[in-house]
Amino acid sequence: MSRINSPAELEAFKRNLLSERDPNKTCITLCSGSACHASGSREVAASIQEEIQKQGLSAEVELRRTGCHGFCERGPIIVIRPEDICYFQIKPDDVPEIISETIKEKKIIERLLYTDPETKEKIVHESEIPFYKNQGRLVFGSNVEIDPKSIDDYLALGGYSALAKALSQMTPEQVLEEITKSNLRGRGGGGFPTGRKWAESRNAPGDIKYVIVNADEGDPGAYMDRSLLEGNPHSVFEGLIIGAYAIGSHQGYIYVRQEYPLAVENVNIAIQQAEEYGLLGKNILGSGFDFTIEVHQGAGAFVCGESSALMTALEGKAGEPRPKYIHTAVKGVWDRPSVLNNVETWANVPLIINKGADWFTQYGTEKSKGTKIFSLVGKIANTGLVEVPMGVTLRDIIHKIGGGIPGGKKFKAVQTGGPSGGCLPEELLDLEVGFDELTKAGSMMGSGGMIIMDEDTCMVDVARYFLNFLTDESCGKCVPCREGIRQMLKTLTHITQGKGKDGDIELLEQLAEVAGEASLCALGRSAPNPFLSTLKYFRDEYEAHIKEKRCPALSCKELISYYIDAEKCQACTICGRKCPSDAIKGDKNLIHIVDQEKCTKCGTCFEVCPSRYQAVKKISGEPVPPPIPEEARTIVRKKKEK
Amino acid sequence: MRAGSALLSPEVKEQAVDQNKEEIRTEAMDKDRIDQIIGKHHGEPSSLIQILLEIQAENHWLPKEALEQVSERLQVPMTRIQHIATFYKAFSLVPKGRHQIHVCVGTACHVRGASRVLDTVEGFTGIKPGETDLDLKFSLETVNCLGCCALGPVMEIDGKTHGKMGSAQTADVLKNYD
Repeated sequence: MSRINSPAELEAFKRNLLSERDPNKTCITLCSGSACHASGSREVAASIQEEIQKQGLSAEVELRRTGCHGFCERGPIIVIRPEDICYFQIKPDDVPEIISETIKEKKIIERLLYTDPETKEKIVHESEIPFYKNQGRLVFGSNVEIDPKSIDDYLALGGYSALAKALSQMTPEQVLEEITKSNLRGRGGGGFPTGRKWAESRNAPGDIKYVIVNADEGDPGAYMDRSLLEGNPHSVFEGLIIGAYAIGSHQGYIYVRQEYPLAVENVNIAIQQAEEYGLLGKNILGSGFDFTIEVHQGAGAFVCGESSALMTALEGKAGEPRPKYIHTAVKGVWDRPSVLNNVETWANVPLIINKGADWFTQYGTEKSKGTKIFSLVGKIANTGLVEVPMGVTLRDIIHKIGGGIPGGKKFKAVQTGGPSGGCLPEELLDLEVGFDELTKAGSMMGSGGMIIMDEDTCMVDVARYFLNFLTDESCGKCVPCREGIRQMLKTLTHITQGKGKDGDIELLEQLAEVAGEASLCALGRSAPNPFLSTLKYFRDEYEAHIKEKRCPALSCKELISYYIDAEKCQACTICGRKCPSDAIKGDKNLIHIVDQEKCTKCGTCFEVCPSRYQAVKKISGEPVPPPIPEEARTIVRKKKEK
Repeated sequence: MRAGSALLSPEVKEQAVDQNKEEIRTEAMDKDRIDQIIGKHHGEPSSLIQILLEIQAENHWLPKEALEQVSERLQVPMTRIQHIATFYKAFSLVPKGRHQIHVCVGTACHVRGASRVLDTVEGFTGIKPGETDLDLKFSLETVNCLGCCALGPVMEIDGKTHGKMGSAQTADVLKNYD
């Protein structure tokens, strides 16, 4: 491997790479992100490799293990190029057929294609599938093309050309100006203008400055930063180096959670490769600019996603936030100017430098430019990562891309912004996504978690869930957060247990106000949001819990009961056998009864009762019907006629 | 922040260790190996968290002797090490069981019924999150997102993902471990 010493050499290197690669060679790209690993993509990869060899195609067919494709619901996914044939939910057993039929004979295997749930039509190409078709993948799009362990794949797509441009044709001031003009705002939660943050650091006194990638993605149910860092680490590095050049920093840190082993592995490989090519280290591309990256693994604390806490953790201490009278851009790590941006923000930078701020600002709303990657999860048909231009409505994301709510259930709410965000109801689905729009509605953009909830989700329980999370994650440094959230959790827990009383809502409102005003960092200040937004839009659910001791969603364990509908029970004994607490009495031909004393309300019987009977019922706020008398329990079946 | 609590008192721990000498390393980690890890980070006090993470990864918990050695070599007081070891979730101050169960309680899994999965695991193993049972068979932890929300609710045992769990399936999966 040779060092690349100038922008011209980089261009020549890319041309050489492309000339060596035959665009018509068959390439099987297999999604190898964490989500697909969990659904068996490693086994599929092994099987493809074995089968290619077995069928004597090693020279003609290449397997590329890429990062996340985004359509996690249907993983593992393969795309066969150049034909662009997309197969979903591949199992190792499917592989021999794929190789012999599709690769050798060019025949499509119908059953592995995507079926449009509405038209029942089979779709061959990725670009025609509604999930992909309705997105705008500026940042995430390259994931499907690149093996993250190969810097050549990134270079072949024109990678590091933005860095070459910045270093050779632009002054640091010009880079800064372009980013400011693009109106890029932080993708990690706050939405702070990136250009302003950079300028503040650039103008701060001191020779030593730092740039930091915040990959401490802690929102439960959000994994876009993980997938971007795992799938395309060089795009993040490229943005980081450009940022460092703009502010005059020579040292970068990547703070990545140790719970993301694949991201850590791919980042370390990528650093080594970039160093070998001279894209990191001394005199990058012959410009005289030096820059190195160090990886710091986060040991698991949600609060470390907050900038000052993350910087304290980088110093090797317990990650507690500190007051930010002086911004971290001026006094950050070791009291030196430090620019911290989220993974996705950094990955946007090379695009802006390459294509210009004017190109970037054509996407989005007036105040929120570009695209945003969302992690679309929960009660949604197409779970996955979606990237859309800002300004798209929530309805389009949920229905056009997400495919709506599965199982014929009714949509109830969408939760955005993680534990600091809020829940938005059906009436607000036409809201355009953007930083200010979501904040105005009582939620927030956050890092891009989007959790869909249906009629079975209890909104009081959702508020309790987030406060429970935040109680656990509060670092304990300031009283309003440490004690306030704890008290809110206690009251909310009582409500979900049927112990709520008049005045609880008002008490919660008071606590929310204090924590919101007086907490030290954003974690505490935004902690009341899950409660406030659910109260605002779903007050009737709170009142049902408190006044009627009823959970309208039939979700809160202490407020529901299970019983067996004697009319429907076919005495099949399945529920009785599966019940972990031995609470179901009955036998073959003897209608089953739930012993309410013994029942732990685990819901197993409800789950296992065959759907053709649907005999197990869930109720709340009303008494359980008395069991049928003993003599009426025996089922007399008609004998089959011979 | 939750400390690495467990059902094990020190005395019980020793008894339990006797029965399972083969599987679980509860004795202090090899001192030379710890020195090697510290050396890799040039004895930098700012690398304290990274050093503890490496010890945790190899040994699955942080024995007191190891912490004392780190404290001495890095010249960092024991109080600060204790602060860090109890502040971050990745660290455990007690030995772990043979099988590590992680139940995802991220929001996506929560709305799909993760609490029922957790209840079932707790009922089956007799331990709560953060604890290890007396036979050192299972350790239970909750995690906030495993990044495979399409499979939710998700439970991970020894790194193997079990997706779309209901109460009944959870019990069936756990029966396969001994």
